[in-house]
Amino acid sequence: MIEIKNLHKSFGDVEVLSGINATIKQKEVVCVIGPSGSGKSTLLRCLNLLEEITSGQVLIDGTDLTDPATDINKLRTDVGMVFQHFNLFPHKTVLENITLAPIKVKRMSDREAKDVAIPLLEKVGLSDKADAYPDSLSGGQKQRVAIARALAMNPKYMLFDEPTSALDPELVGEVLQVMKDLADEGMTMVVVTHEMGFAREVGDRVIFMDEGIIQEEGNPEQVFVDPQNERTQGFLSKIL
Amino acid sequence: MIEAILESPYINSLPTLFEGLKMTLLITIAGLFLGFILGGLVGLGKLSKNKLIQGICTVYVEVVRGTPILAQVLFIYYGLTEDLIGLSINALTAAIIAITINAAAYIAEIVRGAVYSIEKGQREAGRSLGLTEKQTMRYIIWPQAFKRMIPPLGNQFVISLKDTSLFSVIAVHEVLYMGKQYYNVTYEIFETLVMVCILYLIITIPTSIILRRLERKLDV
Ligand SMILES: Nc1ncnc2c1ncn2[C@@H]1O[C@H](COP(=O)(O)OP(=O)(O)OP(=O)(O)O)[C@@H](O)[C@H]1O
Ligand SMILES: [Mg+2]
Repeated sequence: MIEIKNLHKSFGDVEVLSGINATIKQKEVVCVIGPSGSGKSTLLRCLNLLEEITSGQVLIDGTDLTDPATDINKLRTDVGMVFQHFNLFPHKTVLENITLAPIKVKRMSDREAKDVAIPLLEKVGLSDKADAYPDSLSGGQKQRVAIARALAMNPKYMLFDEPTSALDPELVGEVLQVMKDLADEGMTMVVVTHEMGFAREVGDRVIFMDEGIIQEEGNPEQVFVDPQNERTQGFLSKIL
Repeated sequence: MIEAILESPYINSLPTLFEGLKMTLLITIAGLFLGFILGGLVGLGKLSKNKLIQGICTVYVEVVRGTPILAQVLFIYYGLTEDLIGLSINALTAAIIAITINAAAYIAEIVRGAVYSIEKGQREAGRSLGLTEKQTMRYIIWPQAFKRMIPPLGNQFVISLKDTSLFSVIAVHEVLYMGKQYYNVTYEIFETLVMVCILYLIITIPTSIILRRLERKLDV
């Protein structure tokens, strides 16, 4: 379970998150939507401490991220992250991208790490690309590798920051399918996305953010069909 | 005909100049090697979060880059007397030190620039997987940054090679100094200097060509 308690985040004098409260339960798929600059990425990045938390708390299975005694590297192995721009390691092959962290962080042997990576590559449909370099892949393939790379640490949670926004439209489907499969297997996921179809079909809950706070949340049908908040209505009318 | 060429003042100067060229290469390679180590440390220092280390390294880079290497080598050779520092520095040592500290200042910037040029998402991807800052540097940032350092390092080699010619002022037996010694005896100034320049070019032009190829191949 991820508990977010009165989370504030400022960059310098600018407050980007102004008191976020939310709880993400096991096996839940939560989609975060909202206009550009509303703090969606920042919120996600606070959940694995890629951004320092200014005040408030984030608890992951009860462990407080803001507690200096928390072993953040260990905690991050439980929280996988997928980025908009993939961030694959260009100097490593697909297989090496996936096995690096298991070998260096979990101290697996090459053999063990490979035994973890191969089924994951199969799962994302890229078994034949193990020895390819990221540069030779399409955007959709890159993102599927990035998902496999995160899954190789066997995380309990997966964070997705607009995983399909940088993709050509015809490649979006293959990535969403992988994410849907993952959700069906019971992965707990927080997904920042503009894919309303995905949010409706896969999401258990939708959070609408604007100006650094959660303006509205609820099950996707409710938020999309009958939004209560004026800002939500305005936002949805623009994108739907 | 062949004899005329072999006996020409151009060819005659070569044995002397080759002696000088060996010295030139020795100073350049030793200086760059040490400069790479020092420059790497200073470059890391400039990237350090410790403000004091960062400050010292910044001052070092600015002082060295802001003063002429000729002044530096005179300072090291004549300025740092035995009375002052308790040991005497010979001309060759002074030359190598001068190239080292000079190259280090520029290499520090090369290192810093290359590390900075790696997209911030690379570090974030590494950290999000649970790698420590050190591991992220070692396995993700450095290998990519190092590739980007190769072309400017090659460039620095060419610059340092040419800088060694300044050390004729402290009578280091590098190639230009040997050329001067030679034409002072033979008075074949033009021919000798032509050969000196050709010897520099024989090294610098292929280096530039290789660098350009490498740059294209590394796609940096
Ligand atoms: N490192 C940073 N330093 C300063 N300001 C930042 C930084 N990162 C984000 N911001 C600012 O914080 C605000 C929220 O950014 P964030 O990236 O979280 O928005 P977002 O909702 O993800 O937007 P988008 O849909 O465009 O991705 C923006 O105004 C942004 O300019
Ligand atoms: Mg964003």
